[in-house]
Amino acid sequence: MRDGTPTTGDAVTCTGLRYSFGQTRAVDGVDLTVTAGEVFGLLGPNGAGKTTAIRCVTTLLPVPSGMVRVFGHDAATEKMAVRRLLGYVPQQLSADASLTGRENVSLFARVFDVPRRERAGRVGQALEAVGLADAADRMAGTYSGGMVRRLELAQALVSAPRLLMLDEPTIGLDPIARTSVWEHIMAVRAATGMTVLVTTHYMDEAEQYCDRVALMHKGRVRALGTPERLIADLRERRGDGSVPTLEDVFRDVAGSGLDEEGGEFRDVRRTRNTASRVG
Amino acid sequence: MSAAPATPPPASADSTGAGGLDLLLVPPRARTGWRVLPARVAAMCVVELQKLRHDRTELYTRAIQPALWLLIFGETFTRIKLIPSDGIPYLDYLAPGIIAQSTMFIAIFYGIQIIWERDSGVLTKLLVTPTPRAALVTGKAFAAGVKAMIQAVVVMVIAALLGVSMTWNPLRLAGVIVAVLLGSAFFSCLSVTIAGIVLTRDRLMGIGQAITMPLFFASNALYPTTAMPAWLQYVSAVNPLSYQVDALRGLLLGVPSHLPLDFAVLFAATAIGITAASVLLGRLAR
Ligand SMILES: Nc1ncnc2c1ncn2[C@@H]1O[C@H](COP(=O)(O)OP(=O)(O)O)[C@@H](O)[C@H]1O
Ligand SMILES: [Mg+2]
Repeated sequence: MRDGTPTTGDAVTCTGLRYSFGQTRAVDGVDLTVTAGEVFGLLGPNGAGKTTAIRCVTTLLPVPSGMVRVFGHDAATEKMAVRRLLGYVPQQLSADASLTGRENVSLFARVFDVPRRERAGRVGQALEAVGLADAADRMAGTYSGGMVRRLELAQALVSAPRLLMLDEPTIGLDPIARTSVWEHIMAVRAATGMTVLVTTHYMDEAEQYCDRVALMHKGRVRALGTPERLIADLRERRGDGSVPTLEDVFRDVAGSGLDEEGGEFRDVRRTRNTASRVG
Repeated sequence: MSAAPATPPPASADSTGAGGLDLLLVPPRARTGWRVLPARVAAMCVVELQKLRHDRTELYTRAIQPALWLLIFGETFTRIKLIPSDGIPYLDYLAPGIIAQSTMFIAIFYGIQIIWERDSGVLTKLLVTPTPRAALVTGKAFAAGVKAMIQAVVVMVIAALLGVSMTWNPLRLAGVIVAVLLGSAFFSCLSVTIAGIVLTRDRLMGIGQAITMPLFFASNALYPTTAMPAWLQYVSAVNPLSYQVDALRGLLLGVPSHLPLDFAVLFAATAIGITAASVLLGRLAR
């Protein structure tokens, strides 16, 4: 699965990661490590800073050197090396509606330097891996929300990334499409062994699919571990025998006032925008 | 692309296993050095052509304006002989100007497409590929040139139908292609640069509309610079459109022109445009 090149076992290392938009401290000192091969979930309500953290790892937002490393490469000084290792699916729907599914994937094969003789084969396999082989030559504008997400997954897969970064891959989808998107992610991961870093604010998904999770609130990581461990810890702390959910853990670590503070207006509006585009 | 089971087998025993993911296990060999730029330019141009193939309405609607300029303005002013035109019929004199003008109009609004791609996440994702900013901007600039080239051909056909006699010398036509591509690359980079400053589609639309006509009138597209008041001549002298028109006129009609200077200015303007747009592209991504 992994090509025998010697790298550290860590896919992503963030050391004291900070990022501010003017006065807003979107990410405020995050330390975390994603181990190669795992599915790591970054959880938190709207406005917690998940997207900002992801964008720092993807080299989209400038960070000082030493803060973010991807398979040992510094996101500040080795941008191209980092990008070659990444498959990135942003929070907005990012497939081009005026191209067919196949053309959308081909573009990413081209910009990742897939040679011409391999291109059709790779693009075909990527589309097949996400179950879009039959719809490949339709315009992406005619796809349903779940299909667009799977198309974006194919775009990310075509370059054989070692780290797949998915920002709210199931936001705004109906339950069936959500399950389908996750099943394709898990199948691809099983077949390729790639590391997956995913953000979501659906706690149930994280509990079901993630090996480890970090609970983020107001730019900081409040708890980190396997979902089972976090739940077991809270159960012990409560000591009343009831079985808490990951959501209860979140309420516990984030403190009170979650409902009132969960996301400013613009965060909610953004989320709604994405959701309505998925429709 | 083979008929295969919907779910890929967990481990492909044979590397050629149909429906497997075997090709997706190995990352492609990275292009390096000078090879990156032409590859990215090609990728962006392919996308532009694919889009045009799916939806040709823009090609047709874009042909209307230049046709009107040549048909109404050109024919009328040829008849009343009001504008000095270097001893050739005014319609002939006007045709290269309209080629330059109509391709500039396309390029100057290219930033709107970039902002749209930013808002929709398409650009965001391209910025996370192994494509240096400058290569991405250059790719986009020449992709805008693809549209401009098609537009130029359309205008040339209209002009030919109206009886303008233009050159068929392949070398000169190659020069025309270069001049159209460079002009379009410069104006699309100008547009992306403005987009990087104003950041929203509405503002860019407003600025685009505000500057296209002044750029057009403060150039030699409609009349020779000698017919302009002195202050306008100065503006025209720093307007890349004038140099593009001069080159097109010289190449297509064989009238006296300053080809070395024209191409030097166009190359320099394009280089500056690409640099400015690359610097400001990052602002769009934030
Ligand atoms: N481009 C931006 N400009 C200004 N503030 C931003 C921008 N993007 C995010 N923020 C702010 O940063 C904080 C974290 O946002 P974000 O990372 O999008 O959170 P999440 O992805 O967890 O919903 C929020 O308070 C949000 O308003
Ligand atoms: Mg987000």
